[in-house]
Amino acid sequence: MKNLFGKRKEPLTNTQLLMTITIGIFVVMYILAMTLLGGGFLHTQQIFDMLNDNASLIIVSCGLTIVMIGGGIDISVGAVTSLVVMSCVLYLNNGGNVFVSILLALGIGLGFGLVQGFLVSYLEIQPFIVTLAGMFFARGMTTILSVNPQKVDHAAFSKLRDAKIEISWLGYTAKNGNVVPARIELGVVVALACIVLVFILLKYLRLGRNFYAMGGNQTSALMLGINVKRTRFMSYILSGLLSGISGFVFMMHTGAGNATNAAGMEMNAIASSIIGGTLLTGGVGNVIGTLFGTLTLTTIKKIVVSSGLNDPWWQSITTGGMLCFFILLQSVVLSRRSKGKKS
Amino acid sequence: MKKTGKRFFGGGLGQLTIPLIAIALLVIFNLFRDPSFFSIDLSHNSDGNIVLAGNLISIINGASELAILAMGMTLVTAACGGQDISVGAAAAIAGSVFVKVLKTAGHINGGTVLLAFVCACIVAMLFGTFNGVLVAVFKIQPMIATLILYTCGRSIAYWINGGATPTVSSPIISAIGSFIPGIPIPTPVLIVVLMAILFKLLFHFTSLELFTQSVGINGSAARLNGINATFIKLLSFIILGVCVCVAGSIGVSRLGLINHETLLLDIEMDTILAVAIGGNSLGGGRFKISGSIIGAYVIQMLTITLYAMKVSSTDVKAYKAIVIVLLVVIGSPVVKEKFSKLVGPNMYRHKKAVVKGGEE
Repeated sequence: MKNLFGKRKEPLTNTQLLMTITIGIFVVMYILAMTLLGGGFLHTQQIFDMLNDNASLIIVSCGLTIVMIGGGIDISVGAVTSLVVMSCVLYLNNGGNVFVSILLALGIGLGFGLVQGFLVSYLEIQPFIVTLAGMFFARGMTTILSVNPQKVDHAAFSKLRDAKIEISWLGYTAKNGNVVPARIELGVVVALACIVLVFILLKYLRLGRNFYAMGGNQTSALMLGINVKRTRFMSYILSGLLSGISGFVFMMHTGAGNATNAAGMEMNAIASSIIGGTLLTGGVGNVIGTLFGTLTLTTIKKIVVSSGLNDPWWQSITTGGMLCFFILLQSVVLSRRSKGKKS
Repeated sequence: MKKTGKRFFGGGLGQLTIPLIAIALLVIFNLFRDPSFFSIDLSHNSDGNIVLAGNLISIINGASELAILAMGMTLVTAACGGQDISVGAAAAIAGSVFVKVLKTAGHINGGTVLLAFVCACIVAMLFGTFNGVLVAVFKIQPMIATLILYTCGRSIAYWINGGATPTVSSPIISAIGSFIPGIPIPTPVLIVVLMAILFKLLFHFTSLELFTQSVGINGSAARLNGINATFIKLLSFIILGVCVCVAGSIGVSRLGLINHETLLLDIEMDTILAVAIGGNSLGGGRFKISGSIIGAYVIQMLTITLYAMKVSSTDVKAYKAIVIVLLVVIGSPVVKEKFSKLVGPNMYRHKKAVVKGGEE
């Protein structure tokens, strides 16, 4: 982070460079939106809304970032989230206990992580196929549990769902003169805690550094004495566990289970990680970048909506365009750097 | 055929073993479950033509788009070591262009259908080129590069038709989508055969197969040997574009309308699965198109079998996943090794001593 443009005393690593670009673009984009569009973008609530709506996506992306740094891929995360939501909703509606439902969510996520991790790391099956099967299985199980949307009807859970942190000094004054405090849902706290924990794991713990080593070069990692199989196993377990947490957070946000919940979430999570500077080839990535990747994606969508492009297709077309821009930018930046190193 | 027979009696089909075992297992399972599953009968369709009908026909017919896409996907996988996840979205775009041209032309006859197909083909090839340039020139991972089109492809298809789902009805369209009068075999099946022959001819008369394999195995070594790796990768995406256009046009002709949301939905995942079940490495290199085609029929047969067992269409995915996991576990190198170790000592006891002696 230091010496961004100065003399190269301590050159940025690829991870830091890509993350810096993302954060820079996010800040510039948000400021542009504030000055040109104004409106909702001037309130701090806008940022909190973005976090409230995307808490589960952020958690899922954290898990995916870990797997991608390790050189793998997990496309089952969205489907697992959806399965967790549906099973927890049904459990609560049949007179369950909130605490047990949290354990249930974690258990389902852990189960998927264990099976997929075992298949990928110990049986050496291609991760794409394994997690694709996991995705099919989770989606199928969700519809087997219930095809119809289910609403949670549970007193203790409703309290948890409606609990919000209100910060009055960050709020704004509505047109009728009432002060509306800024509202943050509990899910956001969980999401931020996940980010901090994953950040510490990746930065300071041996397991986290092993992920980078394994993703960067598997053979070298093996020669350094890293147990590659166990490390890969751990990355899928973590991803599964985080999908379980994400499912519970998703349920706290919507309060209902639906077979189409979290549809396409895996691709959004992959997009967030990529925009945040994680490379699918492995070895490069950062969870803070992923957080800003998610925020950037959401900001694009909000900008499209508030700038009056109301036709339904513009949102995904602009998202695709921005994705293209980021991917090209990363490719160009990284290839320039590798050329510079050689000369 | 002769060659295959020879190798079969020689004691192995190489990478085709797993998909053929899968088909055999499904056939045996169905024979035990309900032998009438295999009955084929002639019936009259609504136009009064005599057509073939039955579960087998619907398997072969229903897998047509999947088989065509799997052919192109095999080439991309082999050359680039990655998969195109935008085929479903690109097929929706191709289908939209197909319908748009027919609607603009006003009347539907042989000429306009051909024109519409050519236009759709050009558009699909352009999108293929877009993906190919990202992969080959900018050296972006195929899955990431095609994620762009995956994200916005269906919206572009929606935009082409101005937010509507127009219908086309004409004898020519229904002839493409279901049956040509007088021929009892579904037309999509004939198109698959045609595409397979085209691929066979392409590999027979050009060195594309060899070049693709060498690029996939080691790109820089291939480049040093004078193969233009960038061009081969680009070409594989353009060929996939043609496959996408054919599949999209069949999809549109089947229903007689373009629905950007549901046309060939989730087919990209099934296509990649077909390539993997066919025994091709998803990391690139050696490939067999025939394996992928068989893989496509395995997937469709599995689906139809589940439907025949009264599993609802949304629940099919869960059972499919279990079978897929079983298949890939059987096919995984680690399991094969363990299994041969487990079976080896009992079956070839005299060999064990030799091996042991060798180790010492």
